[in-house]
Amino acid sequence: MPQIALPILIPLFAGAVSLVFWRSRGMQRFVAVAGTGSLLMTAFWLLATVNREGILVMHMGDWQAPFGISLVADLLGAIMVVLTGIIGFAVALYSLATTSRGHEAFGYFPLMHLLLAGVAGAFLTGDIFNLYVWFEVMLVASFALLILGSEKAQMEGAIKYVTLNLVSSVIFLVAVGLLYGMVGTLNMADIAQRIATLEDTGMVDVLAMMFMVAFGIKAAAFPLFFWLPASYHTPPVAVSALFAGLLTKVGVYALYRVFTLIFNQSPGYTHEILLWGAGLTMLSGVLGAAAQYEFRRILSFHIVSQIGYMILGLALFTPLAIIGGIFYIMHHIIVKTNLFLVSGIVRRLRGTYQLKQLGGLYRSHPWLAVLFLIPALSLAGVPPLSGFFAKFIVIRAGVEAEAWGVTFIALLVGLLTLYSMIKIWAEVFWKAAPEEGDVDPYPAVGQREMWLMTTPVVGLALCTLFIGLNAEPIYALAEASATELLDPSRYIEAVLGEGEEVMP
Amino acid sequence: MEPLMAVTIGILFATAIYMMLRRSIVKLVIGLMLLSNAANLLIFVTAGLTRGAPPLVPPGMSAPEGAVADPLPQALVLTAIVIAFGVLSFAVVLVRRAWEIVRADDLDKMKDTDT
Repeated sequence: MPQIALPILIPLFAGAVSLVFWRSRGMQRFVAVAGTGSLLMTAFWLLATVNREGILVMHMGDWQAPFGISLVADLLGAIMVVLTGIIGFAVALYSLATTSRGHEAFGYFPLMHLLLAGVAGAFLTGDIFNLYVWFEVMLVASFALLILGSEKAQMEGAIKYVTLNLVSSVIFLVAVGLLYGMVGTLNMADIAQRIATLEDTGMVDVLAMMFMVAFGIKAAAFPLFFWLPASYHTPPVAVSALFAGLLTKVGVYALYRVFTLIFNQSPGYTHEILLWGAGLTMLSGVLGAAAQYEFRRILSFHIVSQIGYMILGLALFTPLAIIGGIFYIMHHIIVKTNLFLVSGIVRRLRGTYQLKQLGGLYRSHPWLAVLFLIPALSLAGVPPLSGFFAKFIVIRAGVEAEAWGVTFIALLVGLLTLYSMIKIWAEVFWKAAPEEGDVDPYPAVGQREMWLMTTPVVGLALCTLFIGLNAEPIYALAEASATELLDPSRYIEAVLGEGEEVMP
Repeated sequence: MEPLMAVTIGILFATAIYMMLRRSIVKLVIGLMLLSNAANLLIFVTAGLTRGAPPLVPPGMSAPEGAVADPLPQALVLTAIVIAFGVLSFAVVLVRRAWEIVRADDLDKMKDTDT
């Protein structure tokens, strides 16, 4: 079953090829588009196969589980890989127009491929230590991408980003070590099986908390999110968009995986903490955004607040809530990347991200205003866009679970998100440009460059519209993957059940 | 042997966190190094320390006899050391570059991003 390994191998191979063509700019750009394009296609192939045949498992080197490393593609993993492909392809196209020669000369494209490989690996691995390794692959690539260009703000942001992410990795590593000491295995399915038979549930809860903190830092959840707004607005915009779409969501995915498969014994304790974490994440993120007047910083704070909704879905731990969480992840990755891409176009046209210095773009570029409005209103949850259904399902689940406090926060945060988006709309597009003499001091944007920048934005906007107007099949997909998550025995059987069969 | 190791690891973690709470970025990196070493030692000890019993399979058998050392944590530690080495070398270079650009060894002076 090559589908499982291909989403990891293709970016690795593409990265290697673009390293070989280190000096050939044209070749690197071609490989970037071809590599991410084929990643997207194999991702769809994987999703179609998983949807048809159920959970796919592949044992690396033919070492049977639980001894070897298994790659496991269940529906959630496959969906995440598809989203990785979409974002990777869109950002690769976009960076053709926006990445400067200096950035390309220092390995922008190879690092991008490496990052995608790390992300896809994290989504597909069935081994907890292997998950750590993919996290590190992703982190190292993101470190290097973050400081590409070596500006002062980038350095300062990177120190915070690197430190907190390393601390999170160490906590993750310690937790993996302690978990191994308790159950003597690293295969996630095997861990789930053995941890259910342990009597010392207090220690299991301690481990659950360690994983929660480790993944919480990666996902930028409530008390641990400070690295995100400090760093995401500093790198080149294509890098920001890539990070905004994928990196924190890997943390969210890991939370979903670990807290449905392994630590599902005492939801009264762990998921209660997750619940309040989710509420405070939503609230602090959106309040942070309300105080900002820098385009990308507003969007960065909104990543934090949206992460809260996804964790809320997991924390409520009812079937509907998990469906809502997965739907939310699908909607959010596309919308958030799109907003960052739009901010990049605005910056290219006007040379700044400061809302106070922007203005009048609706008059000069009405189509750009529409392209901003689609993801912005979707983020705020205005029907019929994708965000409406995502928020609706999560909030409905909250009402059904009678978690009134967080449901109220979720509704309030939706309103404040709308406020932030309207603020950007009013400042950037609606109000008159601040000074007549300073309207367009930047080099005119060429036709080809504009097309390259706009195509991914239009594509992602169409994805948003597609999810919004065609929510039924997407909902069915989220429902199927939530059913899989809530019944871990299917995952365990898929990985361990076929002990005697020899894989080709 | 395990209690001694446990205390050592505890001291390493405490020192690492103390160093990371200082304002100097150099001490921050030293803290990160100690932290990853503490984690590595911890993994090494998790499966228990077994002395003088290598996990070798005698000829003609399919599993080693008696209680042997668990080889897996050692493999994990090797991987973790390599990763930590790579990441920390990056962090050291980053701190040097940051000092060259910002001209300050003080985290409190790095406020450019908090607009």
